Amino acid sequence: MGTQTLYDKLWNGHVVHEEHDGTTLIYIDRHLVHEVTSPQAFEGLRLAGRKPWRIASMLAVADHNVPTTDRTQGIADPISRLQVETLDSNCDELGITEFRMADVRQGIVHVIGPEQGATLPGMTVVCGDSHTSTHGAFAALAFGIGTSEVEHVMATQCLLMKKARAMQVLVEGTLGKGVTAKDLVLAVIGKIGTAGGTGYAIEFAGSAIRALSMEGRMTICNMAIEAGARAGMIAVDDTTISYLKGRPFAPQGELWDKAVDYWRTLHSDEGAQFDKVVQLDAAEIKPQVTWGTSPEMVVAVDGNVPDPARESDPVKRSSIDLSLKYMGLQPNTPITEIRIDKVFIGSCTNARIEDLRAAAEVVRGKHVAANVKLAMAVPGSGLVKQQAEREGLDKIFIEAGFEWREPGCSMCLAMNADRLESGERCASTSNRNFEGRQGPGGRTHLVSPEMAAAAAIAGHFVDVRNF
Amino acid sequence: MDKFIQVDGLVVPLDRANVDTDAIIPKQFLKSIKRTGFGPNLFDEWRYLDHGEPGMDNSKRPLNPDFVLNQPRYHGAQILLARENFGCGSSREHAPWALDDYGFRAIIAPSFADIFCNNCFKNGLLPIVLDIANIDDLFQAVTATPGYHLKIDLEQQSIIAPNGVVYRFEVDAFRKNCLLNGLDDIGLTLQHVREIKEYEARRKLEAPWLFT
Repeated sequence: MGTQTLYDKLWNGHVVHEEHDGTTLIYIDRHLVHEVTSPQAFEGLRLAGRKPWRIASMLAVADHNVPTTDRTQGIADPISRLQVETLDSNCDELGITEFRMADVRQGIVHVIGPEQGATLPGMTVVCGDSHTSTHGAFAALAFGIGTSEVEHVMATQCLLMKKARAMQVLVEGTLGKGVTAKDLVLAVIGKIGTAGGTGYAIEFAGSAIRALSMEGRMTICNMAIEAGARAGMIAVDDTTISYLKGRPFAPQGELWDKAVDYWRTLHSDEGAQFDKVVQLDAAEIKPQVTWGTSPEMVVAVDGNVPDPARESDPVKRSSIDLSLKYMGLQPNTPITEIRIDKVFIGSCTNARIEDLRAAAEVVRGKHVAANVKLAMAVPGSGLVKQQAEREGLDKIFIEAGFEWREPGCSMCLAMNADRLESGERCASTSNRNFEGRQGPGGRTHLVSPEMAAAAAIAGHFVDVRNF
Repeated sequence: MDKFIQVDGLVVPLDRANVDTDAIIPKQFLKSIKRTGFGPNLFDEWRYLDHGEPGMDNSKRPLNPDFVLNQPRYHGAQILLARENFGCGSSREHAPWALDDYGFRAIIAPSFADIFCNNCFKNGLLPIVLDIANIDDLFQAVTATPGYHLKIDLEQQSIIAPNGVVYRFEVDAFRKNCLLNGLDDIGLTLQHVREIKEYEARRKLEAPWLFT
């Protein structure tokens, strides 16, 4: 076998059948399901007279359409309500485990999987959602799929795939104070571009990655897809194992010990070869702010909005022009002079307990600026919310003028009632600054929770390192 | 799945890089529990001047005359010419459903996002990668020539331009076979039921905690 990368190990461990041309049938251990990308798959299964292959592999939750305000009245929008009810009835009919809206375990699918221990090292994890890459933080092979593939996994427990190339993103050194996992991954995307990882599975490695908590590692892997890579992953270490111990879906007793022995092997071997290696020095990374409509359009907080006149490539120049027009920004404007209207702290990228703690620490004893119309903190799950409330974080946010909401995807993609109005500018801890992503005409700047919190207080972007 | 063998179609150029699936089909239309009917909302925010919501009569909405799909010379286009990293972002299969429902059969670009590319093949929509110099030539030709058609032949893996120039393209052999024959992936995989069961039995012994 020789030396193997982590990706090699995960791939080889799941091969059911391989054709001469490399087309491979890969076995899927965990299938996470949400309401938006599953109804047509359930319907397809039914029309073909098929049953799910292994119901125990499935875990379902509604997260995209759920309201983050009072839920006792249910979902007001009838189309959203129907989609959630369709998931409920599909799960009821087939006996699939689902965390309903009133269940304290409900939350964003990529928060609850790890939180429950439903995501484990060495697993293949899929979901009809591109941010499934998040689960790779546990040394799982985790990636987003379309609805046809959701149906394929339901029907066969497998997917037809070709192996991707392997990229290592090596980050050595120590992140500075006020510089987070979010800044690290935005810096990676800024360096390799949103298509830099296309066709690759990325392993994040190096001392800066090993120093991160599981929450930070999830933030990193979550945004692998924003660099174009379907899967991001990080080797198992003590941090991984201690996070998982005692989680409801994690093994216990003798099985736990056996599992841990296996998990300890889930790292790239010394000298393993990657198709591409990208290196960053953690100490050089500053807090990042996106200025455009693609996550690669990012700059350090002490930088300026770029000038398209200085770009020689016509396609890139046109992209900058279009972005600046949409974003309502002038070339060469210092980032710290950009004033904001709304603040969103949440999403599968940054709505875990550590994110909320960090943001709360920044706003403690201060108040949201007068020009900020709305600042929201949206926990990633009911359990995150409960934990935050035990620590009094809700009070810190509320006293600072934030709204403290119920868990869900919320204004990351604005499928529920939480959205930007046209022209509004938002400091957001989410993952995509695409046109219209947070509401038609809305303008998104991606930042870390600390940076979003500091912007809420100042009313414009500020360098949280000097805040 | 519909077969894809040959298409001789009108080409429309969409001259911007990193077109994401949020732009191809905005989130409010993802609330549908059906696979069809997304065509009128393809590129909704660029195509219409008002804000679209599900249930609206799209035929009565004000069109954005500057958006390329609305220009009369491109009506009925079946081939979309695009720039790099087309289809990035969300995994929503509603994006290829919308392109297909609108009438597109193929997309030609210098590169595609992985999940989008996969989703296209599952829906009889052919994503074709050509190098940037060829893409630039095609953008120039289609803009300069009203009624510009291309003939795509999947069997031959070729695109024939009106001036006789032939562009060759690569396509995965397995996917090509599925498209040419309209094969259903699930049906193909279920030919391997015995191997899937053997794998599961082996895995249960090696990693029993995955089956509790």
